[in-house]
Amino acid sequence: MSVALLEVRGLARSFGGLRAVQDVDLDVAEGSITGLIGPNGAGKSTLFNLIAGALVPSAGRIRLAGEDITGLPPHALFRRGLVRTFQIPRPFQRLTVAENLLVVPPGEGEERLLAAWLARGRLARREAALRRRVDEVLRTLSLTPVADQPAGELSGGQKKLLELGRVMMAEARLVLLDEIGAGVNRTLLAELAGHIERLNRAHGVTFLVIEHDMDLIARLCDPVVVMAEGRILTQGTMAEVRADPRVIEAYLGAKAAHAA
Amino acid sequence: MGLTLYATALLTMGGIYAVLTLGLNLHWGVTGLFNAGIAGFFAVGAYATALLTAPPGATPSGGLGLPVATGWAAAMLLSGALAWAIGKICLRLRSDYLAMATIGIAEILRLIVKNELWLTNGSRGIAGVPRPFEQLAQPWAELAFLLLVLAVLAIAYLLLETAVRSPWGRVMRAIRDDEAAAAAAGKDVAAFRLQAFVLGSMLMGLGGALSAHYFKYIGPEATQPLLATFLVWVMLIVGGSGRNAGAVAGAFLVWALWSATELLTNRLPPDWLTRAAYLRVFLIGFILQVVLQRHAGGVLPERTAVRRPGP
Ligand SMILES: Nc1ncnc2c1ncn2[C@@H]1O[C@H](COP(=O)(O)OP(=O)(O)OP(=O)(O)O)[C@@H](O)[C@H]1O
Ligand SMILES: [Mg+2]
Repeated sequence: MSVALLEVRGLARSFGGLRAVQDVDLDVAEGSITGLIGPNGAGKSTLFNLIAGALVPSAGRIRLAGEDITGLPPHALFRRGLVRTFQIPRPFQRLTVAENLLVVPPGEGEERLLAAWLARGRLARREAALRRRVDEVLRTLSLTPVADQPAGELSGGQKKLLELGRVMMAEARLVLLDEIGAGVNRTLLAELAGHIERLNRAHGVTFLVIEHDMDLIARLCDPVVVMAEGRILTQGTMAEVRADPRVIEAYLGAKAAHAA
Repeated sequence: MGLTLYATALLTMGGIYAVLTLGLNLHWGVTGLFNAGIAGFFAVGAYATALLTAPPGATPSGGLGLPVATGWAAAMLLSGALAWAIGKICLRLRSDYLAMATIGIAEILRLIVKNELWLTNGSRGIAGVPRPFEQLAQPWAELAFLLLVLAVLAIAYLLLETAVRSPWGRVMRAIRDDEAAAAAAGKDVAAFRLQAFVLGSMLMGLGGALSAHYFKYIGPEATQPLLATFLVWVMLIVGGSGRNAGAVAGAFLVWALWSATELLTNRLPPDWLTRAAYLRVFLIGFILQVVLQRHAGGVLPERTAVRRPGP
């Protein structure tokens, strides 16, 4: 039995009267690629926002590698190795694509104002090394041709890729991917899945992945956690989850509600 | 001779405004902080240096007759300290709070300046603020002071340009573009913003100090929002928000235009003179519109500024 890198206990968050997340318990095993699926509005992204510190829970605790991280701000979580992407991409619009990646690694004091004035040689050397890493990530994501374009000008799919690029620039232990595949073409998506697997196997990065693309989930994720109406419905392998009548009902129920 | 003096005056004021506009560019153009009370930091800087460097007896509580450099240092320290206090409270809140807070503080400071006679002489202002090189003959005194202003401007420009192009500046621009994404990328948004807010405000305080020494006088009219806040915003937008060179160009350009409108309104018939003040503002607003129609990002736009709207 592997250790849980992320432990969520009794987590809840409401928006006005709407209980977006309620009483969620979730363990993400170190070294796993855990899937998180569920109908639209199930509360998946809200759960991510709670874990990543973008929202404060109304109840419950979150632990990362044994440390209680409930209520810590996002930048503090990043320092602990927790990195997330946004379902609706949030590029730094007026920075170039390359700058969007260069800005991620914090360095050791290189981001200080005084360093800008007093340590210009050191900054230039680090920048050159960083630039090589960025070029590699850009190549991986087929973004090299647009490297020096403002990120605000990217297509929808390219913005998704840039989100993933920021993850690749970070030294992450746990990565939360929110529908990274939506709007990305099949060929590239298969490549991305490959990169996620490589990061997982070779670098031991743990993933928690929201996806609507069941093929991708089936290929990457074990276990798969199912959410519906703010709660965890069940969890298991993709085959188990697929056969579970409650899961089928949750998806059909959501569809029926939409049709009505 | 008259022309030399006129050109010198124009460039000196342009240079002083350029220091203010560089400060605002760091706030708004680079970091996305909406400072609507530039006049407040200007006032702190101007009055700080006036009180320290004017001769004893300049106000009821006295000038101190200290060297000009001391006055400038105090101007920057005090406006920086004020910015730190405001920023500590407001920068964690939603961004519109900063706009409200800075307007409010600037207005409070203007009232203090007007009413605390023991300190500021109220509407009479503080006279006798020393101007470096004033003992030289005309026009050398004016030219020498102009060179001093341009030297200060050059140093400020170089320091800011280095900062904005460094990783520090890149973080600031990232925060400007998307606060939540910057936080998710590990940046302590509030801490970074505070640094930019303090540094930009120090420049505004320095601009106020330069102005007090240039006019050898500071009074409450100089801290009006129209002159010390609105005009600086026009300069930044016309010049090109996000780019230091744009901020400097905008300051000189708009100051020249603003002075030109005075030449125009001076020729108005006497019964129109009372209308001159708002006619000038209207003219400047009109020019702003014309420039923005042709150059959406200003005369010298930020280099990576999005050229066309996204999908
Ligand atoms: N900031 C917010 N304010 C108010 N309501 C919110 C907010 N964020 C989410 N919600 C609501 O919470 C519920 C869950 O939303 P969430 O985005 O977590 O769903 P999801 O499972 O990610 O759905 P999808 O698959 O469509 O992305 C929805 O009903 C949504 O309207
Ligand atoms: Mg979602």
